[in-house]
Amino acid sequence: MIDMRLAEMLKGGVIMDVMTPEQAKIAEAAGACAVMALERIPADIRAAGGVSRMSDPAMIKEIQRAVTIPVMAKVRIGHFVEAKILQAIEIDYIDESEVLTPADDSFHIDKTQFKIPFVCGAKDLGEALRRIQEGASMIRTKGEAGTGDVVQAVRHMRKMTGQIRELTVKSPDELYDTAKQLAVPYELVKNVAQNGKLPVVMFSAGGVATPADAALMMSLGAEGVFVGSGIFKSGDPAKRAAAIVQAVTNYKDAKILAEVSEDLGEAMVGINEQEIKLLMAERGQ
Amino acid sequence: MKIGVLALQGAFIEHINMLKALGAAPVEIRQKADLAPDFSGLVLPGGESTVMSLLLHKLGLFEPLRTAIIGGLPTFGTCAGLILLAQHFNVLDVAVNRHGFGRQINSFSEYGDFAGLGQTPMVFIRGPYITEVGDDVKILARAKDKIVAVQQNNILGVAFHPELTDDSKVHEYFLKKTIDK
Repeated sequence: MIDMRLAEMLKGGVIMDVMTPEQAKIAEAAGACAVMALERIPADIRAAGGVSRMSDPAMIKEIQRAVTIPVMAKVRIGHFVEAKILQAIEIDYIDESEVLTPADDSFHIDKTQFKIPFVCGAKDLGEALRRIQEGASMIRTKGEAGTGDVVQAVRHMRKMTGQIRELTVKSPDELYDTAKQLAVPYELVKNVAQNGKLPVVMFSAGGVATPADAALMMSLGAEGVFVGSGIFKSGDPAKRAAAIVQAVTNYKDAKILAEVSEDLGEAMVGINEQEIKLLMAERGQ
Repeated sequence: MKIGVLALQGAFIEHINMLKALGAAPVEIRQKADLAPDFSGLVLPGGESTVMSLLLHKLGLFEPLRTAIIGGLPTFGTCAGLILLAQHFNVLDVAVNRHGFGRQINSFSEYGDFAGLGQTPMVFIRGPYITEVGDDVKILARAKDKIVAVQQNNILGVAFHPELTDDSKVHEYFLKKTIDK
């Protein structure tokens, strides 16, 4: 399990979606602690429709060559062969992601069978613990990707932290019942109840478009932030990326947040939650 | 004993918890206002050195911390912290191969002797190793035949992550041999 500790090193950082080696370099220079290599950012996946799959390994390898920070890439839910391919090209982290079209509507990948660590999305504590039981070493909220609307990430984070707090005051017999309801082992539930946190690193993802959004997610308990379309769909990606990095480090200091929020150019346009036809967060329970 | 812990990005909580368990009083450094004249030591954690270096400059922390380290402030860097000491602050006279041990798939952990204190768990995560050391630098540990821990006067640099284990030997060494020497 010790190999999985890369997530600890990413804490307090911003992981940015990039589509080209040039974008990867911009992200690294702006202070990204890792990049997510993908052919289309979620906003474009949403616009294009159709089946969305793992990115071309050649494109991922170009990004690996362009930067020194860790490189992550996405596979479809349940698609363990895509995951084996990413492991073969020595990706640093695999995101089994609802942003791509699911390959399996019942089973997630058995992540314990891989040397590469996995991050998975979760809307609530049950989903998070089921993914951890399957071997995920990092959890992120499933905020609605590609919308620029932070409401779902907030909802998931509130739900998760609230459920964790509830566990900390439950008696052992109540915890047995919780384990049954969440369909996860009792030991895992007991661990969360004792420590008041997930046994793995928890980031926020989906809909973060501004430094204030990133600081909001940190204040609600995220240990770091994924930013997808929010950066390279905005007017000045380098400046916005650097501002979000600073906002995550000093999320409690409103003066610094005010400074870094100045003159960032246009934020991504965004789609309100009510206008979305496809709710990616509902993929994979 | 007040120890400043650089808390810009990375695994600083683990250092804070370990220092607390050893009876020290760690303080998070996130901006200039957090710097205190009465720090007995400074810890530079693991994380991404590119991110930390950028933020050190943007937040105006780079020069004051460099001055303090050169002035003799006992300083302990792990992994990315070692890289900051060697390649960014330029205060540790060693050459470092930044991802010498490879990508995440090559991350590993093993036991090795640390400074004659016996078997110590060493966790390497996309870890660096040291390729050359200057005359004033004492070698404290090796892994896979590579130099992975050194000391140069007030500066202790290790390529692995003692903060992620249950063994506080290396932190005790920092507190006793570097600060209370």
